[in-house]
Amino acid sequence: MRSLILQVMTRGLTPLLLLFSVYLLLRGHNSPGGGFAGGLIASSVLVLFALVFGVQETRKALRVSPLSLLVSGLAIAVLSGLVGWFEGGDFLQAWWYGREVEIIHHFGTPLLFDLGVYLTVLGAMLTMVLTLIEEA
Amino acid sequence: MLVMALLIGGLIAAGLYLMLRRSVAKLIFGIVLVGHAVNLIVFSSGGLLHAGSPVVEEGRKTLVHPHPDPLPQALVLTAIVIGFSVQAFAIVLIKRAHQAAETDDFDRMDTTERDG
Amino acid sequence: MNSASLVLTLPVVIPLATAILTLALREHRAAQRTASVTGWTGLLGVAIWLLIEVQDAGAIAVQLGGWPAPYGITFVADRLSALMVLVSAAMGLAVGLYSLAGLSPEREHHGHHTLFHVLLMGVNGSFLTGDLFNLYVWFEVMLIASFVLVTLGGRRGQLEGGLKYMTLNLLGSMIFLASVGFLYSQTGTLNMAHLHVVLDESGGGTLLLTISVLLLIAFGIKAAVFPLFMWLPTSYHTPPTAVSAIFAGLLTKVGVYALIRAFTLIFTFDVGWTHSLLLWLAGLTMASGVLGAMVQGSVRRILSFHIVSQIGYMVMGLALYTLAGLAGAVFYIIHHIVVKTNLFLIGGLIARVCGSAELSRVGGLIRKRPLLAGLFLIPGLSLAGIPPLSGFWAKFAVIKASLEVDAWVIAAVALAVGLWTLFSMMKIWSEAFWKPDPEDERCVPVPMDLASRVLGYGPVIALALVTIAIGLYPAWLADHAAASAVQLLEPDDYLRAVLGEALR
Repeated sequence: MRSLILQVMTRGLTPLLLLFSVYLLLRGHNSPGGGFAGGLIASSVLVLFALVFGVQETRKALRVSPLSLLVSGLAIAVLSGLVGWFEGGDFLQAWWYGREVEIIHHFGTPLLFDLGVYLTVLGAMLTMVLTLIEEA
Repeated sequence: MLVMALLIGGLIAAGLYLMLRRSVAKLIFGIVLVGHAVNLIVFSSGGLLHAGSPVVEEGRKTLVHPHPDPLPQALVLTAIVIGFSVQAFAIVLIKRAHQAAETDDFDRMDTTERDG
Repeated sequence: MNSASLVLTLPVVIPLATAILTLALREHRAAQRTASVTGWTGLLGVAIWLLIEVQDAGAIAVQLGGWPAPYGITFVADRLSALMVLVSAAMGLAVGLYSLAGLSPEREHHGHHTLFHVLLMGVNGSFLTGDLFNLYVWFEVMLIASFVLVTLGGRRGQLEGGLKYMTLNLLGSMIFLASVGFLYSQTGTLNMAHLHVVLDESGGGTLLLTISVLLLIAFGIKAAVFPLFMWLPTSYHTPPTAVSAIFAGLLTKVGVYALIRAFTLIFTFDVGWTHSLLLWLAGLTMASGVLGAMVQGSVRRILSFHIVSQIGYMVMGLALYTLAGLAGAVFYIIHHIVVKTNLFLIGGLIARVCGSAELSRVGGLIRKRPLLAGLFLIPGLSLAGIPPLSGFWAKFAVIKASLEVDAWVIAAVALAVGLWTLFSMMKIWSEAFWKPDPEDERCVPVPMDLASRVLGYGPVIALALVTIAIGLYPAWLADHAAASAVQLLEPDDYLRAVLGEALR
């Protein structure tokens, strides 16, 4: 799609929206938001990017393949679950570390899990949509 | 509650009608509609009321009464995500089947019914 | 970390970790295969551990994330779950090893191994979960993996069969989800043990009976019970052998397992009504499956219809709702999984040797491949129920249980279906193996190298040995089945494990 307005807007909005998706990811444990919502927003931003600048350009801008994002997301989520075992609790049990900070409240395994979800959603969405755009 | 019931009934009726058509493209719309109806069933299973969100507010330990049941909302969120991924797969599968069989007619997709 | 938590979660975590690993290693075929084999073996090890643990300690449970039942998600294993996990892990290993020889490299590159492990994860999760909504989630995990496994490769038959498979199973899932919603609005809980307690106190009612029938329909679609089985024979013969073998062995049995759980733990308030409905369905399933098989002309299609008829025996054991009946059903499930998986693998070997599994295009295998012929006879006769193989004891247990409660009609149907099964097996035997083929016009055997011969025949021989072992020493499995049946009928142990003493 060659529309100047769309191109300029997308260029400006992409970093802002990605930042917003990360904000949602970080505040997600105790307030509305979270890894899934954040991941969906990030992937819709990148889908917009792909529609405007083409799939090739998007893959180049991403540097890593969507499938690798998916793999690392899943791996992080599983690892966050394993922490519970090593600390002597159950699988996926939440463990918290450090002191309270703004937005995030606490560092802990739920945040790690959410990061995994974020990457998984992003990777899965991009794998699907980019393939569909390429085929069409 | 009545509105919800009618809506669910309407969605299921329309969805099943579409699923029973011979066209494969209508099948996917049918699946989507019935999927929405089922999500609404789960959503309303905890009862419907006009009240705030079931999120513990800043500085409180428990929810403010009256509040809706949070569990169906968590369930429906999961169900929506699952439904979403299944529907995405269904669309791709239907597209591929349509290309391979060169027909939109379910009745002519019968190579697996025959021997040979 | 405590051992109950470990042993209950690992059957799900190991396949998940392996799936991630194989996906990460998708560019390196050898490494991917090594990871896969490690995953299958590890899973089998954990499954044996789980069975020993359950044997010693009775039912064990773990609350994921440390949230107590009935609010959190519970994983729980009694003897039935542990046996099912063990058998599915064993089938995973056997079929997995078999698949290493027969798969095309593209298929492996496109994620066959990953999906296979995700499928095993879904199956194990379904066996272990103690929560109805969580069961729905595991069903979906399993289904999505199976959809892709059926259609991966994209030949026309696969896509068409896959489309029908997907549509009916999606409909089943939606009915399942809707009934979960209704059940929650009626009882306020979805934890199966808690449901048992709540329904015990409040009793049933017409609305709950309706919900139970909705769930029966949903699980019936998954289990391929009459009249909801038509998706099975149209799709099971289309994907590669390794895939249809694991489907044939495990997927419908997950449906049967769900039926057993639902109709022993949750819906027991009107046994006279629900379980006689089940008995009718069992008889019709047996008969329609075996009659469907009689007119088929391809090995895998015949076997697909036989899955349906065998499901009938398991449902029959459940429907009798006696100790002997349930024990028979459990015995039957285990026997059936082993035998059916093996038969599909043999069907695949016939196709690999002759290039086709159509009965009209093969023949004379008794001379060309005497070992294969012998190997077919073991599970084939076992399926028909010839002593001293495992199928005889399984059929014997179920039919004896039906005679104990004077259910003559169903016993007669079961016996007749056994005869027809023998007829079908003999049809495959005489067409594929016995029929002379002196001119080599039907089947010119394709030579196989040593590696694919070992990987192809090894699992088949191992499964045949299991069949013989169960046949000669049925006591071990029979004891386990009886102990599972006791736990199913008197779920005190299960309830204590999940809910603790407080809620009961």
